[in-house]
Amino acid sequence: MNALRNFLDNVKPKFQEGGKFAKFRSTFGAFETFLFTPNETNKCGVHVRDAVDLKRTMIVVVLALVPALLFGMYNTGYQHFRMTGELADVTFWQIFFKGFLAVLPIIVVSYVVGLAIEFASAQMRGHEVNEGFLVSGMLIPLVMPADVPLWMVGVATAFAVIFGKEVYGGTGMNFWNPALLARVFLFFAYPTKMSGETAWYYNYSSEVAVDGFSGATPLALANGGHYTAFSDAFFGLIPGSIGETSAVAILIGAFILLYTGVASWKTMISVFVGGIAMGWLFNQIGSADNAMAQLPWYNHLVYGGFCFGAVFMATDPVTSARTEGGKFIYGFLIGAMAIVIRVLNPGFPEGMMLAILLMNTFAPLIDHFFVQANINRRKKRLTIKA
Amino acid sequence: MSEVIKLKKGLDIRLQGKAETVYAQIPLPELFAIKPADFKGLTPKMEAKVGDKVQAGSVLFYDKQHPEVKFVSPVGGELVAVNRGERRVITEIVVKADSAVAPVDFGKADVSKLTRQQVVDRLLEAGAWPYFKQRPYNVVANPAAEPKAIFVSTFDSAPLAPDYDFIISTNEEFFQQGLDVLSKIAPVYVGTHNNGCSKAFANAKCEKVTAFEGPHPAGCVGVQINHTNPINAGEKVFTIQPQEVVAIGKLFATGVHDFTRVVVMCGSEMKKRAYVKTVLGAQLSTMVNGNLEAGHVRLISGNVLTGTQVQPDGFLGFYDSQLTAIPEGDEYEFMGWAAPGFNKFSASRTFFSWLTGKKHEYKLNANTHGELRAFVVSNEMEKVFPMDIYPEHLIKAIMAEDIDRMEQLGIYEVVEEDMALCEFVCTSKIAIQKTLRNGLNLMMKEVG
Repeated sequence: MNALRNFLDNVKPKFQEGGKFAKFRSTFGAFETFLFTPNETNKCGVHVRDAVDLKRTMIVVVLALVPALLFGMYNTGYQHFRMTGELADVTFWQIFFKGFLAVLPIIVVSYVVGLAIEFASAQMRGHEVNEGFLVSGMLIPLVMPADVPLWMVGVATAFAVIFGKEVYGGTGMNFWNPALLARVFLFFAYPTKMSGETAWYYNYSSEVAVDGFSGATPLALANGGHYTAFSDAFFGLIPGSIGETSAVAILIGAFILLYTGVASWKTMISVFVGGIAMGWLFNQIGSADNAMAQLPWYNHLVYGGFCFGAVFMATDPVTSARTEGGKFIYGFLIGAMAIVIRVLNPGFPEGMMLAILLMNTFAPLIDHFFVQANINRRKKRLTIKA
Repeated sequence: MSEVIKLKKGLDIRLQGKAETVYAQIPLPELFAIKPADFKGLTPKMEAKVGDKVQAGSVLFYDKQHPEVKFVSPVGGELVAVNRGERRVITEIVVKADSAVAPVDFGKADVSKLTRQQVVDRLLEAGAWPYFKQRPYNVVANPAAEPKAIFVSTFDSAPLAPDYDFIISTNEEFFQQGLDVLSKIAPVYVGTHNNGCSKAFANAKCEKVTAFEGPHPAGCVGVQINHTNPINAGEKVFTIQPQEVVAIGKLFATGVHDFTRVVVMCGSEMKKRAYVKTVLGAQLSTMVNGNLEAGHVRLISGNVLTGTQVQPDGFLGFYDSQLTAIPEGDEYEFMGWAAPGFNKFSASRTFFSWLTGKKHEYKLNANTHGELRAFVVSNEMEKVFPMDIYPEHLIKAIMAEDIDRMEQLGIYEVVEEDMALCEFVCTSKIAIQKTLRNGLNLMMKEVG
């Protein structure tokens, strides 16, 4: 490691002010701090600091995404072979490898495009490169359908990073979740590639598909009155976006996030409570001509992106409510809105993504009321005195 | 039985290097100094000149804004140097001790027969007034101010902090006499811990004694004020530390301003960790020479959260009763963000150090462990900040220099030490204490 450190120390002056490559200071800094935690020490204020930094926090989230990613790879292969009717003839590893081949390019495109923009904008601003995209770059592939064209992933990532994040000033300043913005961009720009019956199958074509193959997702099926069994959706060998199908894999991730203290249990639980409450309410009201309203509330939680959104998207601290009380309201409304959109507007089966983006928009308003309440408490104390 | 307030929020940083409760015999140094930088916002005006003979208690300098606030020499001897830093700001006023010189005798006084103004005048004359810090802003108190209360926290919950129960054991009656003096100025509120604390503290005769339970910052006087009698806009309170109360008690009882201080030498890089009887402003050399571990060591006058970095030939801070030595930590760590981190202390469980149990003590260094970022993680500061204030919103208001909002969000109730833990846990490595000081300075300038 010393050789590497010496090399970095040797080239460092070239990247510092007045050096030959001073323009690439941010890029050099990003690689240097990736390899070596800096030797910087506290100059003012506290003399010791918590060992955690943003790199560590982000890496924990990426780690929490790994179960969903691995399962997503397997499921992508599984759904592919189900589509071609070869499921009985392939081994576990063949299935996984097929999915791996399908998912890897999407991840590569997402990271390459996103990080290129991140590096470029950090360079332009003269800032350090922020770690936020480490997570976004993994979230974007996981909310994509398996058969999404790679150029679309690139365009969506670019849109999300530039218009979802950099224009506001980068990580920590954005108010919409960039990964969801990428998905919603594709959803409205290229609806045929993002929904329907075929987008979920890697290399889908009518020639290779078995006769009479129907590939609708549980949500689309539920709309027609056919309910996928809870256990199937819970374990996740069902069609859907790459990372969102298995509640088991997602809950492993949820456990990591909550145990390490990276994500807020308040937000996460509230989303589920909101979803359950609204799903139950619709079950009680019922509606003869709306099969979605009759979908048992517990099925809502495992269909579509509900689980994934609750665990990985709603808990993004930057776009979520930042006051503790606010998180309960923010989470509850996400869960409730997601079900409302699913039930009352079957045109948008994926209510979760829209609900989260909607509540991202309102999160500062929720916080405002909590901060204002705090201000009023302080004022009241003064008037009681006087 | 006094009232008990239980605080849940906070964090005890389990640092290696706690001192034993024994006294080490260490000779007094030759040099002593008062550092004007210990008093926020103060412009010193010199009264004594280099070469002057001084007694313990003779005036060295006074406050330009409040000339009646005098700062006196802690020892008798000769004023040997007035050191200046950038832009000729006075950094140290150094006195060379001569044990033959007798201290100034201010005369004994029965405090019960004095008026409030007479008490204030005596304290000003003897140079004991700077012990009072005024909130909001944490500056040396204005003698003309009428504080609604004086707060004394009788325990320090900061990492490796001195044990005041041990320090006070030989001076219990002076502590109460000091409280009687304070009570002439304003009602006195004493905060104690609830774990067998000294009788001098628990049974103190004053306006109110409140016991506090919980992790750091339960011992921070600001937190105690917030939970007993919070500061509203326009109000002022004074705070003072236990050893300073004792000094005031002695001043009235004996007529001599006694600058003796007990200081704890602690930290993982301090070889001999013990309590030392020394004098305010003492040069550190006799305490640290040969007493520091090898390697690059950072020496701190005060604790690791709020103290000031000092050199081994530097001087003890005016308000400090603690001298901490930790490793500097100015080295690179290969892929530190990816390491399992069994030996890394974190309030979160992002490192596997949670496996080592709740008793494990850590050797922390002064490394920042990351680079400055924008606010990302929420609720980490709230978890260690036991006040009804939104720390992040307050800091953002300060960054935006929005005076109305700072006031609304409660800037009057906090000073740096109350928010030091917020800075410690901040994932984004934001300089919370410096930002808060900027906000306080701005408020002082604009609101007064």
